[in-house]
Amino acid sequence: MKELEYPFDPEWMIKKKKSIRKELLEAAEKNGVTFLEKKIAILGGQTTQNIKLVLELFLLNQGIRPSFYESEYNQWFEDGMFPNAELEAFAPDLIYVCTCVRNIIDFPEIADTAETVDQKLANVYEKFVSCWEHLTQAYHCPIIQNNFEYPYFRLMGNKDASDIHGRVNFVTRLNCKFYEYAQTHEGFYICDINYLAASYGLDSWSDPYYWHMFKYAVAVPAIPYLSFNLSNMIKSIYGKNKKAFNLDMDNTLWGGIVGDDGPDNIEIGQETPLAQTYSEFQTYLKLHKQLGVLLTVNSKNDEANALAGLERPDSVLRKDDFVSIKANWNPKSQNLAATAQEMALLPESFVFVDDNPAERAIIAGQIPGVAIPEIGAPEHYIRVLDKSGFFEVTTLSKDDLKRTEMYQENARRNNLMASFENYEDYLLSLEMHAEIGAFVPAYMSRIAQLTNKSNQFNLTTRRMTQENIESCAADPNQITLYGKLEDKFGDNGVVSVVIGRMDGEDLHIDLWLMSCRVLKRDMEFAMMDELVDKAQKAGVRRILGYYYPTAKNAMVKEFYKTQGFSLVSEDASHNTIWEFVIPNKYEKKQHVIAVN
Amino acid sequence: MTREEVYEELNGVFQDVFDDESIVVNDETTANDIEDWDSLEHINLIVSVEKKFGVKFNIGEVHSMQKVGDMVTLILAKKGC
Repeated sequence: MKELEYPFDPEWMIKKKKSIRKELLEAAEKNGVTFLEKKIAILGGQTTQNIKLVLELFLLNQGIRPSFYESEYNQWFEDGMFPNAELEAFAPDLIYVCTCVRNIIDFPEIADTAETVDQKLANVYEKFVSCWEHLTQAYHCPIIQNNFEYPYFRLMGNKDASDIHGRVNFVTRLNCKFYEYAQTHEGFYICDINYLAASYGLDSWSDPYYWHMFKYAVAVPAIPYLSFNLSNMIKSIYGKNKKAFNLDMDNTLWGGIVGDDGPDNIEIGQETPLAQTYSEFQTYLKLHKQLGVLLTVNSKNDEANALAGLERPDSVLRKDDFVSIKANWNPKSQNLAATAQEMALLPESFVFVDDNPAERAIIAGQIPGVAIPEIGAPEHYIRVLDKSGFFEVTTLSKDDLKRTEMYQENARRNNLMASFENYEDYLLSLEMHAEIGAFVPAYMSRIAQLTNKSNQFNLTTRRMTQENIESCAADPNQITLYGKLEDKFGDNGVVSVVIGRMDGEDLHIDLWLMSCRVLKRDMEFAMMDELVDKAQKAGVRRILGYYYPTAKNAMVKEFYKTQGFSLVSEDASHNTIWEFVIPNKYEKKQHVIAVN
Repeated sequence: MTREEVYEELNGVFQDVFDDESIVVNDETTANDIEDWDSLEHINLIVSVEKKFGVKFNIGEVHSMQKVGDMVTLILAKKGC
């Protein structure tokens, strides 16, 4: 729903939340949307009702249907710290601790010694740590914790920031301790309300009116910003981030029309205010490569002109920064769809950035699911994209850091493929080497990420958190396999995951997925060979495979058939069950990848 | 702005906040008359009224509102009508 995308009208949302909710659910039903169901526990140090209600709207809009547990007013610590039958029965998928600066009771006093101040700091911090540790141990799920907004008064004025007795100083130090905890604990995330409050305006954010009237530490009109920010973290944790920019050029990457004005006359570089604005925007886009966000071009231009724009010596973005450049006169919807297909991504993984409202409307009408921000004037492009949270980072895997490289390696593989007549010869020429084994700690975050991001080559589409992955790995009744594939062009990283559950002599495949970046490389057969080997050693005689159809995984409908399984049953929703009785002499299915 | 005009706008706000198009309020309407009007919805009502009429209430004023008529009187006073 367009109204739930940044920039939104927060008061309108507060007023209309009930009818917005109805509308979202009706639209989802009409369009056959299957929601990801998530149970979210909110432990509050303030009233959280509106935070919850508006969060629900944003999550529904992101394809996640939440159910909630909400602690009684200011019971975050009691609820989190002590046995809690209601919360245990709820079994949260995610816990949000919504505390605020007003929850700090014992601030330093001016006469305190440095030791006393340190002790007070340790006391607050330890209280939180003990709560987080109990939550982790009792519920094994991701935790999102607010940091603290700045206090709404400064007793000493400016010195409040630099003096250890100042509340501003105290809050700053406490926040740093929270960050250290986040740096050393997987599945623990900081919701940066300190930044949100600054961005909104601290005086308005902390308006005491809302606290004294209703015990909201966040001004009610600011709540949609908090809930939106939170929904971005949650959708990121569950793998619903966008993956790529699809960028217009003229008046988006630079000022002017390169085909009409000539590359020498477009606005880029440092000569004019507008040129500087575009240069800063190009820099902002280029920084995304470090996060693994892919840059692609979708421009109505002759290709030679488009490239000439990028070849200007003062252009920040160069041809090599893009994994795909489509500069032609085709409809942009056609270009975007083709780019998505070439990159084995879904169109909904793209953020389409174009200054022209008509082009945006065409994409919106033709390709549902693409993010199409209303970017405004050039000086607002960065703010709108940044606040939209399309690429919210909750975990950063090593793979993210070199994704652009990997896609470029793929382009080189495709060139090589064209030189072979026989596909197997091509595969052999890649000199592939796979590492396949049971889950190990180094790859847990990548494995969890894959279970949340893979949609197409995914038999059961079972989403798992890192905590789930770790408990599978620790369970002696489960067989887990990750597969990592390397070839002469580079390392693809971990690309395939299989989880099987043993039940007597049967092995049930709860999860089998593979990244589309290694389609048609026989990696799925290498995984099968290893799975059979591990299963045999564990005394398994029969492997059972399950296929649950979704809107996106039709490509693996017949997957088990190609692996030599036979169909056991199919129900009314076309869920299928397959079996494979392991023969005494199992013949390996693939011969082009060297394994382990 | 007349009292009647305020009511015309105000009915719309009540209908939106409580998601019930049949709501019509008058001077004597109180929280007891509208099913969902609890203390948590009250804040949303106040914020929506403030936005609609471009006014801001303080704590003392919100506290003194006993019925819808009090709110309307305050809105008119704040708008200088």
